[in-house]
Amino acid sequence: MTQIELTVNGEKRSDEVEPRLLLVHYLRELLGLRAANVGCDTTSCGACTVLLDGKSVKSCTVLAVQASGHEVTTAEGLAVGGELHPVQAAFRQQHGLQCGFCTPGMVMATVGLLAENPHPTEAEVREGLEGNLCRCTGYHNIVRAVLAAAQAQAGQVTGEQVTA
Amino acid sequence: MSILGTRVLRTEDPRFLTTGGVYVEDLVDERLDGACHVFFVRSPVAHARISGIDASAALAAPGVVAVFTAADVADLPTIPPSGPMNKHMQQPMLATDKVRYVGEPVAVVVVEQPYQGEDALELVAVDYEPLPAVLGFDPSDDTLLFEDAGTNVAGWWGNPAELKADLFDGCEVVVSQVIINQRVAPAPMESRGAAAVWGADGRLTAWIPNQGAQGTKGGLARMLNLEPSQVRVITPDVGGAFGAKFGADREHVIVAWVARELGRPARWSETRYENLIGMTHGRAQQHTITIGGSRDGDVLAYRLEVVQDAGAYVRAGGFLPMLTRLMTSGPYDIPRAESVAKVVVTSTTPIGAYRGAGRPEASAALERAIDLFAAEAGLDPADVRRKNLLPAFTEPHRTAFGALYDTGDYVTGLERALAAAGYVELRAEQAARRARGDVRQLGIGLASYVEITGMGEGEGSGPNENATVEVRPDGTATILTGTSPHGQGHQTAWAMLASEELGIPVEKITLKWGDTDLIPKGGGTGGSRSLQLGGAAVRQASQELIEEARQRAAAQLEASPADLVYDKTKTSFNVAGDPDAAVPLTQLAEQERLLIRAVFTGPGATFPFGTHVAVVEVDAETGKPTLLRMITVDDAGVVLNPLLAEGQRHGGIGQGAAQAMVEEVVYDTDGNPLTTSFADYPFVSATELPSFELVDSQTPTTYNPLGVKGIGEAGSIGSTPAVQNAIVDAVAHLGVRHIDMPTTSRRIWQAIRAAGQHSESEHA
Repeated sequence: MTQIELTVNGEKRSDEVEPRLLLVHYLRELLGLRAANVGCDTTSCGACTVLLDGKSVKSCTVLAVQASGHEVTTAEGLAVGGELHPVQAAFRQQHGLQCGFCTPGMVMATVGLLAENPHPTEAEVREGLEGNLCRCTGYHNIVRAVLAAAQAQAGQVTGEQVTA
Repeated sequence: MSILGTRVLRTEDPRFLTTGGVYVEDLVDERLDGACHVFFVRSPVAHARISGIDASAALAAPGVVAVFTAADVADLPTIPPSGPMNKHMQQPMLATDKVRYVGEPVAVVVVEQPYQGEDALELVAVDYEPLPAVLGFDPSDDTLLFEDAGTNVAGWWGNPAELKADLFDGCEVVVSQVIINQRVAPAPMESRGAAAVWGADGRLTAWIPNQGAQGTKGGLARMLNLEPSQVRVITPDVGGAFGAKFGADREHVIVAWVARELGRPARWSETRYENLIGMTHGRAQQHTITIGGSRDGDVLAYRLEVVQDAGAYVRAGGFLPMLTRLMTSGPYDIPRAESVAKVVVTSTTPIGAYRGAGRPEASAALERAIDLFAAEAGLDPADVRRKNLLPAFTEPHRTAFGALYDTGDYVTGLERALAAAGYVELRAEQAARRARGDVRQLGIGLASYVEITGMGEGEGSGPNENATVEVRPDGTATILTGTSPHGQGHQTAWAMLASEELGIPVEKITLKWGDTDLIPKGGGTGGSRSLQLGGAAVRQASQELIEEARQRAAAQLEASPADLVYDKTKTSFNVAGDPDAAVPLTQLAEQERLLIRAVFTGPGATFPFGTHVAVVEVDAETGKPTLLRMITVDDAGVVLNPLLAEGQRHGGIGQGAAQAMVEEVVYDTDGNPLTTSFADYPFVSATELPSFELVDSQTPTTYNPLGVKGIGEAGSIGSTPAVQNAIVDAVAHLGVRHIDMPTTSRRIWQAIRAAGQHSESEHA
């Protein structure tokens, strides 16, 4: 067993884990954070996407020990004070989810994508989400949601600049 | 203003977006404390005799509780084939003397912790004596999958001896083509799973992702030799199903059996590898089409000969071709049409229902046939469709295949789609590119379809569904439904229907489904049945509840019920003209439970229709296709919530286009599956699809008071042939006549080369 220390959704954690334990199983089984799902065995589907130091990673391909010393954010940690994060709100507004299984991963991938590229074109959104699979939506409303979230976030930034 | 027809956001979403849904793997329930974990040893060979199983090494591995084989579950029945198929083709719960496909469950390893299962699985030694694989649409009987059956043909729908030799007499143009409707994987994002526990009273409680808890319960009871009353099925959130999660599979039965055998709860989570070989596949039909007509475009005769590869065991494969045959002539008025279907077994994963289930296959065959006919006659495929579509009708139309189309206006659907696409301009652009000899050629593909939704099942004779609506003293309402949402948004939609009648806001209405103790009857969600039957039942129960409340309120006010007005904004009854003499609904609910169960029964299935236009670009040098646009008319009657209806269309269009362009389950010549992960199975991604252009069209049905038909599958029925036709159209001027799906770069490139060589040899 190996000792790991990390921050998950702003909370400091210290746990003993098997060296082979995957981050997604650490989050789900030890911490009870079950929004991230496992949808494949090959890092192909992205249902397990979380943020590691602000960048989106597939938590099925990260060992829990590799996350030691880092900051992990899951879908559970996005909403602040009961208010949906702009990306979550956009997914609801645009009907960007149906069965919900890919959704937490899709949302986290979007947060990561918009952090890297705050003003993506439709083609860039599609490229950026290529590693996140969805069987329900045909991706149409997911793309709409990401573009809407980008716009909403840009609006917020502009708003802050105006007041400053 | 009515809430019906408006874009109400889903009340389901906040939970899914924050903490995530509670799928079977997420379940935390004290009844499942101390659960063991079930793992399946699956056959690595397509067809073999099992000569021995040695579990000793596995039993000695850390955490292994037990190992079970077919001998242990000998008390469980075998599963007969569906449909009028050869009864010797029985499916055992675990492979007995033989394995018949890669992925067939052979043994079960039960462990304390999931990671131990992965390790122990490899330690079960099974001796296989390989037999030749049985593959293809015309498997010889030299090697039999079921010796007792004496043949690999499971059965027929229709009689091939009755095909008419003179069907195409008098036709100036006759075209034939063999078309493969390839095998695909439903691949819901959530794979299969189960959790099971037995009570001290001998009752089973099973949590299973499914499309209808009541059907799953029936399946489990049957396969476990139990009375239905001994089984309770609870449906957790379900991460997609697409037809492949109906009923109960043998893995579900085994998990329940293990829990009983070991006297402790048991759980199972399917890996994606298992899912791609263990969950049923879809489609897998071969179509031999012949179409004939006049040189000016009248289609006079059409023949469809289907071969259904059912896989190793005849599950839905036994009746899917029946649905394909039912829809043989689609939206067209064809004077002479006939079809016949043969079902064969092969050493591959069994075939099950997949979005559309038998109808997309009919549509794909017919729409290719229409285009082949148009190409042969030198006519515009849009004109051929215009000429042959059934004229608009409001009285039900009976086809030669027994389908009774309720309402339809197919020509208007076609014209709307063509206008929205800018069809004339697209053809001009195509001609210009052809004239210039551009590398990137344009292809325009059409598909006009009609499909069947809401077929009969459940209580009574006609198609029906039940709903229970209760208003509570605190002003909230609860709906119990026999449908089973797994992404369709019933919580929002059913609340809209109840809210319209009761005046209670959508946010205060809770929907419950999928617990057979709470809701003993129900047909679940599939075959695009839910809104037209389950939604209609919610409306009916809500209306009956108001009438019941009116009687009670009238008694209290000592007024005639007819003199009472129900004020939806106040959710209260008052005597007409006297707002002070009022009785609120909540008061009535407080005095006596205010609850109504209603069953809505429709007169028959409904038939949505539409036309899809696909626009593609094909690189004539490399064969690389790009889907540029999808313009669709999908007329499923009145739309309750455009947001949800559009979402259903988007998903269907995407899945249908995926079959046309990229997806295929592939086996090698020894029956080894080559597409056993998402690294190998080309599950469609966002980069391969465009945004979709949806055209609104609403032709009401008279079969239910909402005027609605089913929308769940239509998208996948129209888009597959539209995209395939567009790909062929893009290279038709190079002499290409047909390209089978998936229309990959390689296949397109090969078709262009073959056509070139063909025309060169003709010129030589």
